[in-house]
Order: sequence, then C-alpha cells, then structure tokens
Amino acid sequence: MKNVRSLIAAAVITGFAPVASAADLSIEVQNLTQGIYFTPILLAAHTPDASLFEVGEQASMEIQMMAEGGSLEGLAAIGTSISADAVANPASGLLGPGQTTTATMMTADTNTVLSVVAMILPSNDGFVGLDNWTIPTEAGTYTVYLNAYDAGTEANDELRGSGMPGMPGMPVPPPLDPLLGTNGSGVTTEIINDTVHIHPGNIGDDSATDGASDVSNTVHRWLNPVAKVTVTVN
Amino acid sequence: MGIYIPNRQQSLRLLAIAGLVATLTACGSDSDDLPTPPVPPAPPPPPPVDVSYDVTVTNLTNAQPLSPVAVVLHDEGNLWTIGESASVALEQMAEGGDTAELRALSVVLAEASGAAPIGPGGSETISITIQDNEMANISITTMLVNTNDAFTGLNAWSLADLAVGDSWTTVTRAYDAGTEANSEAAGTMPGPADGGEGFNAVRDDADFVALHPGVVTGDDGLGSSVLTVLHKIDNPVVRITITRTE
Repeated sequence: MKNVRSLIAAAVITGFAPVASAADLSIEVQNLTQGIYFTPILLAAHTPDASLFEVGEQASMEIQMMAEGGSLEGLAAIGTSISADAVANPASGLLGPGQTTTATMMTADTNTVLSVVAMILPSNDGFVGLDNWTIPTEAGTYTVYLNAYDAGTEANDELRGSGMPGMPGMPVPPPLDPLLGTNGSGVTTEIINDTVHIHPGNIGDDSATDGASDVSNTVHRWLNPVAKVTVTVN
Repeated sequence: MGIYIPNRQQSLRLLAIAGLVATLTACGSDSDDLPTPPVPPAPPPPPPVDVSYDVTVTNLTNAQPLSPVAVVLHDEGNLWTIGESASVALEQMAEGGDTAELRALSVVLAEASGAAPIGPGGSETISITIQDNEMANISITTMLVNTNDAFTGLNAWSLADLAVGDSWTTVTRAYDAGTEANSEAAGTMPGPADGGEGFNAVRDDADFVALHPGVVTGDDGLGSSVLTVLHKIDNPVVRITITRTE
C-alpha cells in the first residue's frame, strides 16, 4: 500500500498517470469436494470498480444464467465490455470432485482484482465464487479458499429440471444423470433470501426413487470451503 | 534487565586452547631437530541438539471424540493429497483411529502419539523431539470417531520458521478419506455412538481424499444412520497450537 501511495505521489509530481504493473499469473483451481461438480469456470481479472457479484445484492441476469444453468455467455460479454482479462472454461467442461485445472493469464495494468465463478452441481442456483480478490503485486504463490454461494434467484427444490434462467429445477448434464434420484416431491418452492448469500447446502434424501429431493444426502452435500484457488504471480 | 552471565562452556574452551598453545611452544623450544609436532586431538563431535515441540490439539466438535492423535516429523512427503487415493496407513487411521502404520512410514523421522482419545471440548498436549533438525515438516492426524472415515489434521507444515519460544495456531477442517461410504449405519463406525467396525480394507467410496461433506444423521433424513443431530460437524473441527520449546 505504501508503494502504491508513493507511486501516486510521484505521478502527481511528475504529471504522469499512476502505473500499476501488468501481471503474469498462473492460476490453479481445485474442487475440494467429494461429490460436487463445477460447470465451466470463469476466471476474470478486472478493475476494482467492477464486480461480478456482491453478497447481499440481487444477482445480475448474467450471474443468474451462470448459477442456474452454467452458462458463461452473459458474463463473458460483460468481461469484454469492461476490458477484463478472462479465461473461460479452463477445464474444457465440468471440473469433477477432487479435480484440478490450471490456466495462465497476462493482466492489463489496471485489472488489479481477480474474480472466479462457476455453478455447482447438483444445485438449483449454487455457485462457487471469488469476488474482487486483490492480485498481489509481489511475485509469489498465494492460496485462497472459496465458499459456495446461492444466487437467490431460484427455489432450491433439488429436483431434476431446467438450467434456463427462471425455470425451476436443476440442469442434469450426462455425468450427473446416473448419480441423481428421480420422482422427488420437491424440497421447497420458496425463495427466502433473493440476494446472493452463502448457500445453505443441499439437504438431499436417502431414496433414489422418491422422497423430497433428487439429490443424495450422503454424496451431494458439502461444507465450506468447496474450492481452493492457488495464484502464482510470476 | 537481564544479568549478564558469562558462558561457562566458552570460557573453559578458551582455557583449553590457551593450554594447548603453551604445550606447543614448550615442545618447539627445547630441541633443534624439529620433531614432528604432536597432532592436536580432533575435537569431539558436538553433542546432538534436541529440537522439541509441544503440540496442543483442541476438539471443537459437539460430539465427535478424536482418536489418539498422531504427530510425526518428516522432511519429505505428504500424509494425504486432496484428489488422490488414500494410503492404507491413512485409511487405517481414518476408519479405525489406528495410527501405528502412519507413525511407522519410512519418511517419518520422529513420532509421538496422544495418550487417549480427546473428547468434545477437550484438549491434549503432545511433545515431540527431533535432533539436529530445525527444518522438518510436521504432520498431525486424528479420526473423528463417530463417522465412517472422517479425519482432520495438518499435512506437511514446515517448522523452519518456528524459533524457540514461538507458537503458531491454526484450525483445521474435516477431510473424508474416500475409502468407506458414509452410510453411518450400525456396526460401521468405531466411536461410542456406534461401537462398530474400524478399519476394513474394502473401498466402497470415491477412493480419493477430499473435504468432508458433513454427517447427515438420522435426524436429517438418513434412515440407515445411527447418528443424531448431536454428531453433526461443521468446519473447523480442531484447533492446533504448535510451540517450539527447545
């Protein structure tokens, strides 16, 4: 911080704009869970005045598309419009339980914070998130643990259904299909908190053919954190 | 204000050197045919220096006793890696609380075991000593015994920065060894809630280590579970303080 301040002071004296240094990053994302999948991950370095999501505020339509269906289209468009340095889908599809994916990124001078999002499956509108983490300027390896959030945009009925925003139920891509139950009656139809919040977790049930949930209560629960992000500043 | 006490050992060593110099001088001066000067005896190797740590483990759970804690010092290796299959030694600890094989791993340079299980809210301090090595890694493991294969601990944490008198405290999360399905069923868990089986070589779960999803319990919809809401866990589950004592 002191360095930043003295840089700014120097810039004022000499009349030049402050220069933040571009960063050469290696980023590793590990799924720490034993039974939860991540949809394609978005890694975005951007300016600190921008934000992909904010706890306690309603999710944008673009976050809703990601959290309910795993789509990065809307967020990628936002990334382009704010000149973010982004890597979309480094794992080329789902990142399974216990798996790790890596990406490299060169960031522009002004893109000083990192955000990470991906939907978690099975869930209705759960996502793993990192919100505006300040990228260290000193070379080294840094570790951040990520929690699971609820976008607050869809009731957590825990039933097979749709990944389209506004449509009930959970999307079920092929690897999840044999792992989920059927014919659940639905855990809830209510949204109590319609802002982004820490996910209350799946409840699941112990029946593959009936019960309230299509999620297994011994396999598809989690405790935070759910992901580990290791950033190496080169 | 401390009182300066001269280092007695150092003073003695200086006296010894002074004596040696006197002898050499005497030798050289009483003869002209230059006898071979006596070879000074090699200094004895310095005695090994003990490097010791106190490890205090506190159980933060509501109703999950911890199996006797294993503490090991090693230069290489990890006791577990998230995303990778557990060793049989880790499985024996995570399913049955038996740390004998973990403490006997070839990489282990020093090991210690807790005296007894640590109950909820309880704590135990375990001392461990290694000689002439201030750079070792420490690993600590214990099972949450009212579970199928949940464990916690510290994995290959470097002690290199811990000076004598320094303490370091952390809290740890629950891991799932991935070696036994979390059925929570009667006869499958060694803790007092069940009194069932410990280690079983069969692997009927994901077969990789990850963070634990938590116990479900009968109260929360797992019909086969003998656990109750009392046994539920959340992170963190244990607090660990490591103090270097010498």
